[in-house]
Amino acid sequence: MPKRHDIKKIMIIGAGPIIIGQACEFDYSGTQACKALKEEGYQVVLVNSNPATIMTDPDFADRTYIEPVTWQVCERIIAKERPDALLPTVGGQTALNTAMELARRGILKKYNVRMIGANESAIRKAEDRELFKRAMIKIGLEVPRSGTAKTMKQALAIAAKIGFPVILRPAFTLGGTGGGIAYNMVEFKAKAAYALQMSPVSQVLLEESALGWKEYELEVMRDCKDNVVIVCSIENFDAMGVHTGDSITVAPAQTLTDREYQLMRDASLAIIREIGVDTGGSNIQFGVNPKDGRLIVIEMNPRVSRSSALASKATGFPIAKIAAKLAVGYTLDELKNDITKSTPASFEPALDYVVVKVPRFTFEKFPEADATLNTQMKSVGEAMAIGRNFQEAFQKALRSLETGRSGWESALPKGPKPSLSEIRAKLVTPNAERAFYIKDAMQAGLSDAEIHRLTFVDPWFLARLREILDFEKVIKRGLDRETLKAAKKLGFSDRQLGLLTGMKESEVRVKRVGLGLRPAFLQVDTCAGEFKASTPYLYSSYEESSDSPPTSKKKIMILGGGPNRIGQGIEFDYCCVHAAFALREDGFEVIMVNCNPETVSTDYDTSDRLYFEPLTYEDVSAIVDREKPWGIIVQFGGQTPLKLAGPLHAARAPIIGTSPDSIDIAEDRKRFGALLEKLKIPSPASGTARSLGDARRVAAGIGYPVMVRPSYVLGGRAMEVVHDQKQLDLFFAEAARVSPDHPVLLDKYLEDAIEVDVDCVSDGREGMVAGIMEHIEEAGIHSGDSACVIPPYTLREDQLEAIKSATLRMAKELKVVGLMNVQYAVKAERVYVLEVNPRASRTVPFVSKATGIAWAKVAARAMAGKSLRAQGLDPRKDYWRTRHFSVKEAVFPFNKFPGADTVLGPEMKSTGEVMGISRDLGIAFAKSQLGANLKFPLKGRAFFSVKNKDKRQGILVAKELSRLGFKIIATQGTAHALQSRGIAVETVQKVHQARPNILDEIHSGSVDLIINTPAGKGALSDDFQIRRAALQHGITCITTLSAAAETVNAIASMKDRPIEVMALQDYHKTRAL
Amino acid sequence: MASEFATLALEDGAVFYGRAFGAPVDGYGEVCFNTSMTGYQEILTDPSYAGQMICMTAPQIGNTGVNALDMESRRAWAGGFIVREICPSPSNFRSTASLDSFLKKWGVPGIAGIDTRALTKRLRDFGAKRGVLLRGKVAHDLAAKRARSSPAYVGVDWISKVSTPKAYTWDKPLESGVPGVKPSEFKPANGGNSARLKVVTLDCGVKYNSLRNLVSHGAKVTVVPARTTAAEILAAKPDGVFISNGPGDPNAVPYLVETVRRLIAAKVPLFGICMGHQMLTLALGGRMAKLKFGHRGGNQPVRDESTKKVEITSQNHGFATVKDSFTKDKDVVLSHWGLNDQVVEGLRHKRHALFSVQYHPEASPGPHDANYLFGRFVRMMQTKKPLALK
Ligand SMILES: Nc1ncnc2c1ncn2[C@@H]1O[C@H](COP(=O)(O)OP(=O)(O)O)[C@@H](O)[C@H]1O
Ligand SMILES: Nc1ncnc2c1ncn2[C@@H]1O[C@H](COP(=O)(O)OP(=O)(O)O)[C@@H](O)[C@H]1O
Ligand SMILES: [Mg+2]
Ligand SMILES: [Mg+2]
Repeated sequence: MPKRHDIKKIMIIGAGPIIIGQACEFDYSGTQACKALKEEGYQVVLVNSNPATIMTDPDFADRTYIEPVTWQVCERIIAKERPDALLPTVGGQTALNTAMELARRGILKKYNVRMIGANESAIRKAEDRELFKRAMIKIGLEVPRSGTAKTMKQALAIAAKIGFPVILRPAFTLGGTGGGIAYNMVEFKAKAAYALQMSPVSQVLLEESALGWKEYELEVMRDCKDNVVIVCSIENFDAMGVHTGDSITVAPAQTLTDREYQLMRDASLAIIREIGVDTGGSNIQFGVNPKDGRLIVIEMNPRVSRSSALASKATGFPIAKIAAKLAVGYTLDELKNDITKSTPASFEPALDYVVVKVPRFTFEKFPEADATLNTQMKSVGEAMAIGRNFQEAFQKALRSLETGRSGWESALPKGPKPSLSEIRAKLVTPNAERAFYIKDAMQAGLSDAEIHRLTFVDPWFLARLREILDFEKVIKRGLDRETLKAAKKLGFSDRQLGLLTGMKESEVRVKRVGLGLRPAFLQVDTCAGEFKASTPYLYSSYEESSDSPPTSKKKIMILGGGPNRIGQGIEFDYCCVHAAFALREDGFEVIMVNCNPETVSTDYDTSDRLYFEPLTYEDVSAIVDREKPWGIIVQFGGQTPLKLAGPLHAARAPIIGTSPDSIDIAEDRKRFGALLEKLKIPSPASGTARSLGDARRVAAGIGYPVMVRPSYVLGGRAMEVVHDQKQLDLFFAEAARVSPDHPVLLDKYLEDAIEVDVDCVSDGREGMVAGIMEHIEEAGIHSGDSACVIPPYTLREDQLEAIKSATLRMAKELKVVGLMNVQYAVKAERVYVLEVNPRASRTVPFVSKATGIAWAKVAARAMAGKSLRAQGLDPRKDYWRTRHFSVKEAVFPFNKFPGADTVLGPEMKSTGEVMGISRDLGIAFAKSQLGANLKFPLKGRAFFSVKNKDKRQGILVAKELSRLGFKIIATQGTAHALQSRGIAVETVQKVHQARPNILDEIHSGSVDLIINTPAGKGALSDDFQIRRAALQHGITCITTLSAAAETVNAIASMKDRPIEVMALQDYHKTRAL
Repeated sequence: MASEFATLALEDGAVFYGRAFGAPVDGYGEVCFNTSMTGYQEILTDPSYAGQMICMTAPQIGNTGVNALDMESRRAWAGGFIVREICPSPSNFRSTASLDSFLKKWGVPGIAGIDTRALTKRLRDFGAKRGVLLRGKVAHDLAAKRARSSPAYVGVDWISKVSTPKAYTWDKPLESGVPGVKPSEFKPANGGNSARLKVVTLDCGVKYNSLRNLVSHGAKVTVVPARTTAAEILAAKPDGVFISNGPGDPNAVPYLVETVRRLIAAKVPLFGICMGHQMLTLALGGRMAKLKFGHRGGNQPVRDESTKKVEITSQNHGFATVKDSFTKDKDVVLSHWGLNDQVVEGLRHKRHALFSVQYHPEASPGPHDANYLFGRFVRMMQTKKPLALK
């Protein structure tokens, strides 16, 4: 069936900010969908609040709205654009829920917009856990015994029937938010309450436990002619009970006979038909009882998902792209297989390799949080690796994680061997390190049977792991050719082999290459070699023969950013992708290297050649040796590739852009200090301490408060502000180790300074400032966590000039070619440099969207030798002085980490960001808050609690709020201060005073806005409990006065006019991104 | 395990060295590859593989061991088994033995640890080749010579070697293998109320799952040897005759073609799969030609021209019906097409109650999408008329 002609304009809803459970895989799928639909000649209207996405580049849609993804905003866009259809299935849960809201409220009907892909009833049937169960039973499939509760009373009754352990799964939440496992009544009461709270429809499914069963996922595609194919089967290494997003997963399924697999396949076909997903991809999860093969259905996602991104990368089948084309009427047999280019898309990929995905966690950022893995997703990113067997893929995936692992190691390679009881404990309770404890368990003599009993990991996986362990004995006996080759086939890295044989990594490498052992590069071809494939999507393996030999074109190789983590996420992938686009346009052959399956950079469409490989020196240099690129770009992928600059340079690899030496200057405090001296650019007084005594002396010298950053930390706690020697001692006592080889750096902490982020670009001859961002929160809140504004809104011209000149002088001195990012603190008329990053920074996408210029492309071209002027830019021009304001706001994962404090500090904690644009600063800020899913009250009761030094400014904020009609409430101290200024205040009890106290007020929902600047830290302080309560109830809680002030302005703006929406194409009429 | 060396040599001089497993004997046969990711036991016990050495493209084989229920015939037939990695420690609740011991039991030699992708690409580019699988590390030239002098595959009657020596009846229906779960592939024709139909299965190398499917669709099944004459078959007054899959060269079994020709003349409803399809092709005056490297796997898309729907099928064939070879009989309808390379995958006849497919609707291993064809057969036997399809 050819495409539909009854629709012309299609609206796509994006997934919004990166959060746990919804990361850049939805930029990957959304971007594919946009491309596919435009390709077919449809007009695409896009809404997504996340500026760091590729899909929000103006040329991927006809109308691009960087606006909050809420039904209200979507309605305005629909009213303005009048699309014929809405595609709700490529923007994750956010898009699905928003679309459902638009349907429920009759907005789609009103503007007669059709949902394509999945319709309302199908989505409801799949998402409503109760309806879904009924549907499954109807078609004769088994589901865990369960009941749905909307109240605590119902919950208790159901739990009594099912018996413990009980699985709690809130309806309509994402990544299992608010879900969990309760083993007893006490746990149950708490968790049920939380689950009901977290579900937007306060509905929780209580379910019989299938803990320890094997877990599988199938990716299903269906077209309008009811042709259905299974794209990929995925088997979880971690059994049921650990969220698939947090599980190590393997594709294809390894431990199913054809009989069991076909049973699952038949079930999947029956399910997608019964649920009635008309066209597109769905993801179906199953549990299998390892004892008798009993099959139960866990859930279905009637949309492209995290797993479908993984499946696409694992098989070469572009699920989102095909889904988009099916949504407009094509059938699978009418579409081509992109990889072979000769066979149709109506087939099921055959793999002749094994794919392993491992999650990446960041518990060290949230020391108070519970680090055990359960049914709620907690990982922030993932790495994928491909090998010719499980062992090889598994070890490659582990070294792709960049957690310092060179492969499958003991849990504590440096530390003391864990005791048997520790090991057992670590095996029983799922945790981020469990795969490594399995090795300790084997070394400690536990049998596979015993380990299986404790972990439920399938014996097949354990046996493969034991093969790795056993082979270490052979390796230790010495590395002859045969041994080395066999080791490589088991995925051992050079570094790992070095550790086992007491050699340096470099020595192993020399020996290996000397023996003529280099990896082969094989194609992900969707058909296991049955047909010639023309798309060079490659992975390495120690195999005999390679595919797709290198070309003789002029090549540029771009190193990606690896797995997402807090501090290094989609923004860097955005830069890599832009570099690829720009350099392809300019006629280079672009080679991408990355190991993150969620990204656009690992879409084989993005570059000319894609190497899905770990970003370690060994793996990258193997590709360099093969491809012999003209240039290598290490500047766009964040710290990951930057770390490789040195070794690659030493091996005479042609790194283009800023020289590795300049990179070193910027990274090395001593050399950088000297540079600032020379340029007479001020920076905070600082010193280095190699002992506690040192530290005290230095601190006293530069004067408290000081910012301390250990070069080595326990529990991952990094920077901290200490106000006196007592705090300093405490810090060393609990957080940091200090010793001659682990120095601690101390900086004068600039209090109440305005922080400024600057991105600049240079072609080596001329430099220019791309954007100056004024932070809303003061210095001391990590730049990645604070909101910021383009153009600056309080800085004076002379200050801006000072910032510009300092930036450009540093760029010149460092001979920057490409991008450079600087952070400044402006205090008492002086501009201090905090740090310089000689690379693309987190803010580049935001600056690009704000100014209408694709700075990453500009930088890439500069690196390839094209001057700024030759690119049509005027280096003297301040493109960032826009008529509209652009506000970036950070988004935090606190709700995934019950127990974590939400107060901000110098250590970054946000997972993503949103952007708000408007001619009016207040509205722009308001949009950024709405985009970040913060309730934005225009009236009601505002609770005040500010530390003494904040009281004066606090009063102004309070005055303004009450003028705007808010009722102010506060505890004793603050209340007095406010009343004395003639502000009407209602006094409430402190947390530990009598009841009802402020906590009760919050829980009973009678507080709408909270302004709480932290006095106390730590889980016991009142502040902490107030912030947690606020978070739990989704009440906006502002922890800095600067942000509070902005919020008040925004409320004022919002009160006198409704939010207007405007497409990026209208903000930047003339410029092309 | 698998510590002893083994050598795989092709007639074109390619030689691969790996590790031996399975039976400690030399093997020979036509070397072909199969892209199925599951179902190695069903493949090994599919009589259609007699005379062939199978290279699995999936790298880790043997993970789920073997079990009684997954036998597709009384024994393993393949001439040799070629894998990247053989699993010494199977894990599956139904597993009763390891693949290695199973191959030892049935005298099938195996080779592991070779670059199966390299071999696959070679067969893809240069076509299926005769080969030998030798114990030990045999010098290149000698091995290649052994390959060139190995017995022929084409032109040989493999069917007589695998067909049942004497007739038997079969009454086992489909089974899911999972307690309490009924086989999802079973969709009874006419709401399952099909009266006991008498079906004679002409055994060219039948797989048990075809027989199970027939029974589950309400048939009373008798299996007869390939050399049974049409007269003998018709004497049993069957409602229909099922002509099964089978190994080897369709042009090497004229006696079968003759039998089928007579059955057509007798107007008894016929359903042929794989070799059965090839016999019908020849009996109707069409020609069979060898494909470069054949179709072997569980992911092959086929379009049913009567419904225009695509089914993902299980296939195993090295020969195919020549498109425009039915010059004499204009009433032959080419009903199914392979979408990867536009190969004929099925036919029916406007005047005769017969149809056939080149692939495996009985699956096992592979998807169940084509299972509806057994329903068609039942309906055809009930109406005794040619299929009325678009
Ligand atoms: N009945 C159950 N018993 C044990 N574990 C379960 C059960 N139901 C779900 N889980 C676990 O919880 C995880 C999340 O459940 P799921 O329904 O997939 O939620 P989400 O919508 O977050 O993906 C699953 O991946 C599985 O490991
Ligand atoms: N001397 C200082 N005074 C005040 N705030 C500081 C100082 N040094 C760093 N900060 C704060 O700490 C944050 C993180 O410091 P930075 O050097 O940028 O580390 P990172 O490498 O993580 O970006 C900065 O964004 C800034 O808000
Ligand atoms: Mg799930
Ligand atoms: Mg910084």
